[in-house]
Amino acid sequence: MPTKIEKDVISGRDTTGHEWDGIRELNTPLPKWWVYVYLATIVWALGMFVLYPAIPLGTRATTGLLGFSSRAQAMAGFQEMNALHATQMQEIGRVSFADIEKNHDLMEVALTAGRITFANNCQPCHGPNGEGRIGYPALDTDVWRWGGSLDAIQQTITHGIRSADPDARNSQMPNFGGDKLLTPAQIEDVADYVMTLYGKAKPGVDTSAGEKLFGDNCAPCHGAKAEGNRDVGAPPLASRVHLYGDSRAAVVAQITHPRMGVMPNWNHRLSPATIKAVALYVHSLGGGE
Amino acid sequence: MNVSHPKPEADVAPPTSLYANRVRVYPKAVDGPVRRVKWLVLVLCLGVYYAVPWLRWNRGPDAPHQAVLLDLWNERFYFFNIELWPQDIWFLTGILVLSAVSLFLVTSLFGRLWCGYSCPQTVWTDLFMLVERKIEGDRNERIRRDRGPLTFDKAWRKVAKHAAWLFIAFWTGGAWVMYYTDAPTFVHDFWTGHASTSGYVFTLLLTATTYLLAGWAREQVCTYMCPWPRFQSAMLDENTFVVTYEAWRGEPRGHGKRLAAAATAAAPLGDCVDCNACVHVCPTGIDIRDGLQLECIGCGLCIDACNHVMAKTGSTPWLITWDTVARQTAKKSGVNPSLGLLRPRTLIYLAVLAIGSIAILTGLMLRSTIGLTVAHDRAPLYALLEDGGVRDGYTLGFVNKTPRAADFELSVVGLPGAKLILSEISPKPETTATVPMPADQLRTLRVLVQAQPDHLVAGRESFDFVLRNRETGAKTTYHALFMGPVSHDR
Repeated sequence: MPTKIEKDVISGRDTTGHEWDGIRELNTPLPKWWVYVYLATIVWALGMFVLYPAIPLGTRATTGLLGFSSRAQAMAGFQEMNALHATQMQEIGRVSFADIEKNHDLMEVALTAGRITFANNCQPCHGPNGEGRIGYPALDTDVWRWGGSLDAIQQTITHGIRSADPDARNSQMPNFGGDKLLTPAQIEDVADYVMTLYGKAKPGVDTSAGEKLFGDNCAPCHGAKAEGNRDVGAPPLASRVHLYGDSRAAVVAQITHPRMGVMPNWNHRLSPATIKAVALYVHSLGGGE
Repeated sequence: MNVSHPKPEADVAPPTSLYANRVRVYPKAVDGPVRRVKWLVLVLCLGVYYAVPWLRWNRGPDAPHQAVLLDLWNERFYFFNIELWPQDIWFLTGILVLSAVSLFLVTSLFGRLWCGYSCPQTVWTDLFMLVERKIEGDRNERIRRDRGPLTFDKAWRKVAKHAAWLFIAFWTGGAWVMYYTDAPTFVHDFWTGHASTSGYVFTLLLTATTYLLAGWAREQVCTYMCPWPRFQSAMLDENTFVVTYEAWRGEPRGHGKRLAAAATAAAPLGDCVDCNACVHVCPTGIDIRDGLQLECIGCGLCIDACNHVMAKTGSTPWLITWDTVARQTAKKSGVNPSLGLLRPRTLIYLAVLAIGSIAILTGLMLRSTIGLTVAHDRAPLYALLEDGGVRDGYTLGFVNKTPRAADFELSVVGLPGAKLILSEISPKPETTATVPMPADQLRTLRVLVQAQPDHLVAGRESFDFVLRNRETGAKTTYHALFMGPVSHDR
């Protein structure tokens, strides 16, 4: 309540009548239209109160006449996206790899779907970007045991390797040590020879015995030049990339008691379209043929 | 004996309202040099505003042909031969900073010239007042008609005025939108009903604001809404030229025989005849003779008005003039005043302005039209190949800031025998890859670099990606790392 309205000597104007620790203020009246604009914004706010969710009621709020909800809006957006995604995935399942690669949008969807599916299902063994680890093949290099074309990758993912699927890729390396097919000394000789194939042999070691044993026992599957054979999943040995390591001990161990990994068949867990998407993604990692 | 008791003034003062009715201002027409300069500035400003969206500029088949276009949707700004990308936004910041400093400089030198001449609020208000005068007549006629009853004459003039205002406002709102979209297309789409919703919304919104602010609010915007008048005093000092009433020769003001007779030789009447011509022409309705005020936008129309009167009374003109407090003090005591334009404040503003302008110009000149960014794969760092080769994966960002599509050439320097694989373009390893770049676009591609390094010190080797625009020859390099197994375990 204004208490003491005075006339200011210098300006000749009235003060507001309020006083704060001896400080008084000249009355500079606000234009009335400004006040009306202020009142209009209050009326506008009341309208928003009625139309939109506004008053909190514990765990809920008033719904408003328009029934608007940001959650519903977001869900509608998701549904729209899911519908679009579904048709695109259908398309990916229907058309050939070549057609997908020609369609930029479809390719983008496929690579994204493939990347996410890979992260959820394949990453635990093959690594976050398919770099592999001992016993689990790298997918970003040019060494493929069963083939690196899109069709071959699709086949491997669908039916798996040494899995329960009747169409699984299947092969077995003889148990040279366990079944006494080769003596430990012979195995050492073979290992010495194999190490010359990728330039890790110790110089001055005679490998002629090992070479002969290799020709008799290993070449039928791994090839005379140790170039590998994809029909039986025999990896190239004349290679810098080795599934179970390239040290002498690792080679000896593999010949004595071969380890043979299993990859599950994914046809009972992933749809054919998703498998195609994963194949496209794996193919794009760098090693695709 | 009557003893008069002086009443304590404070106790009887009637309670004043904190709210006031708006005092309607009826500015009178005036002519003179100041007014003519103001008309010239108005025509220039409006001409630039309405015409610029229609200027065409040939940028070839792949880019828009509008000279000035703020293409928000595609994130490109075009100013004649300059094209700005979102990462060039600092130019805009710089220009805003320079505008602010220019405003400071001009204000510290000549007062509120911006407010009085080139502020859109002033320009459009001036235009709307011109329309008002053409339809409703000058000050006295308007006052008389507004006070009078509603007649047919009053009604049609009011309707005509508001129609004209709305037309100008509509054209103003439309022109604004034309800066953001192709002008001829927008006009065509607007009238055929095919323009975007935001195009219609913003046209109508800006029509409404122009009509309200220039037609109805006018000086209320400057006095109550705009922050600039509030802090202008920080830029003014005793050497700033502002619209000034030479009180030392104007006072005591007055006219008429009685006052002239009362004046004595020792105290003659001043040059001001108190005709209020300066008050009647003022667009904000103030009396400049009260001194510099918050409401004064520095337009100087009162100068023209007063000069007419001074010519009639035979007194020295420019009783109201542009002058500084320092010069007025000097003139008052008969000393020849100096200009005082160069002082620390203006010199500092000038220096900031010069440095800022040079920085921005240099930035514009050295701006590259080609860009390359390189990100090495986080994991795996490299892939070992069957033949002992090493392959690294990179994500490269290519930028073509020219309005023409061109073939870019990517090569590697410092990595002997290196081959590039851009599988999205060609699966074949190449020493020099060709990347077709669309006009004005950014392209992200995965690039594999394959090499047979003889040795990798600590498992890495540095090299350069070199990118060249085959059409323009513009070139850029990016220093990158090639990683592989450390030598001893090869």
